[in-house]
Amino acid sequence: MSSPSVPHLDTELATRVLVRFLRDEAARAGFTRLVLGLSGGIDSAVAAFLAAHAVGPENVVALALPWRGSNPQSLEHGRLVASAAGIALGVADLTAAADGLLAVLPAPTPHRTGNVLARLRMVTLWDRSLAERALVVGTSNKTELLLGYGTLHGDLASALNPLGDLWKCQVRALARHLGVPEPVISKPPSADLWEGQTDEGELGFTYDQADAVLSRLVDARETPNALVAAGFHRELVDAIVRRVVQNQYKRRGPLIAKLSRRTVGWEFRYPRDWAT
Amino acid sequence: MKAALAQIAPRLADVPANLALHAETVHRAAAAGAGLVVFPELSLSGYLLMEAAPEVAITLDGPEMTRLRELSREAALAVGFVEEAPGGRFFNSAAFLDGGELLHVHRKVYLPSHGLFDETRHFAAGDRVRCFDTRFGRVGLLVCRDFWHLGPAYLLGCQDVDVMCVLSASPGRGAESGGGRFESVTSVALLGDTYARSFGCHVLHTNRAGVEEGVTFAGGSEAYGPSGERLARGADEDPDLVLVDVDADARRAARLRMPFLKEERPHLILRELQRVLAERAAPRY
Repeated sequence: MSSPSVPHLDTELATRVLVRFLRDEAARAGFTRLVLGLSGGIDSAVAAFLAAHAVGPENVVALALPWRGSNPQSLEHGRLVASAAGIALGVADLTAAADGLLAVLPAPTPHRTGNVLARLRMVTLWDRSLAERALVVGTSNKTELLLGYGTLHGDLASALNPLGDLWKCQVRALARHLGVPEPVISKPPSADLWEGQTDEGELGFTYDQADAVLSRLVDARETPNALVAAGFHRELVDAIVRRVVQNQYKRRGPLIAKLSRRTVGWEFRYPRDWAT
Repeated sequence: MKAALAQIAPRLADVPANLALHAETVHRAAAAGAGLVVFPELSLSGYLLMEAAPEVAITLDGPEMTRLRELSREAALAVGFVEEAPGGRFFNSAAFLDGGELLHVHRKVYLPSHGLFDETRHFAAGDRVRCFDTRFGRVGLLVCRDFWHLGPAYLLGCQDVDVMCVLSASPGRGAESGGGRFESVTSVALLGDTYARSFGCHVLHTNRAGVEEGVTFAGGSEAYGPSGERLARGADEDPDLVLVDVDADARRAARLRMPFLKEERPHLILRELQRVLAERAAPRY
């Protein structure tokens, strides 16, 4: 399929709902400020704009977290986003911390180095959370969550995630609606962990392909066979289904060995917004 | 009579705070001239309770109900709560109170348990749909999903319902289509229109506002007049207090114009339904 059809989004409604979500859920947890990392990419840009609408730009703590391996354009785009959203941007260079850690890890591969960086960013944001009394906003979209394209206890770790029910193509539509600068929207998505890395290169398919397949499988509950019959390549559908199943562990907490009659996660199930 | 749709955003599992919110809302509505205030489903407890449901349950003779009875001296009220009943059963209930008296309790009959809903896990299902007389005419209560099934509304219609009060906590679902509202909101509006014109009654539907567990309750409470005309609409997602005139003369006029109730044939429905059920019970293979 050359140009698969992707799900639409009522951007007006989505903005209203997501802004309220950030403001109300932060307030329930006792926070009036939000903190997030600005990678220079589209997801964190959308999250930053939403956060600025929710609590006011002066109450958003935005951090660029580059290291020596980062593309300098990422920081430039981070600045572009912060300025467009009216947010002050702090920069914390993680090179020394990352090199210190990598020096004691035997033979780090690019994949493991990427995880180390993602987790150092998490450590930094959660430190700022406590220091600044600001709740950590996540930026993983629905496509990434389902594909498992994120680091557990790294970029997947947040307190509130406004993007988790938006397909990548919907994030793009929302970015345009919110006024995210065009260069950030139109560049190829990249985790920027090594030179020339792109998400789509690493995944082996495009986000539009993933969105088209996943939205039909997940939202419309179609079967993989029905998608193949509708013209999607079997290899593409299979690769996507495999990723969704294999990465289920990233979408759930650790398994707890059951002993008692009332176990956390089974019989002891309370809302997170309990008594708020 | 003026009614108020109290589109509140209760705190989750915090009955004392929500009782205070009810009191403040009733004061405001009564000051604006409302004789009846309709709150949303589980207005005293919040909706996504999970295992906290039994912990926020109240009994019909408990102190919370005493407080609600006091409040009902200012205006009649329909409220939603977790009811603890004998036998260790918990119901998703709605109560109607007026002039210091508890006039009626409706226990939700249809408990959704699919998708994000998990009501049969926590609640027992009610087993009756009854109208009752009030100073505003014959009133019937429905709780959220009861309204989506045709049966309860039909049963109220057959009991000459004048004012159908619907208490909802409807999570907004479906943001793809456009029009600035969740798709779930659009569907429920069609039902209000239909029931109002079918039974020549008023439909007062209060849906809650606010966010719980990342779920946004869509608000958009609506009142329909007896010809299916929409009389008022609450804000989308935001808390609101919607005042609406509920005019008995309009019901009389609508029923004269379209006498559906006069021509209704409940015995035919009952007979055919019994036949259908008997056929369904017979083994087919």
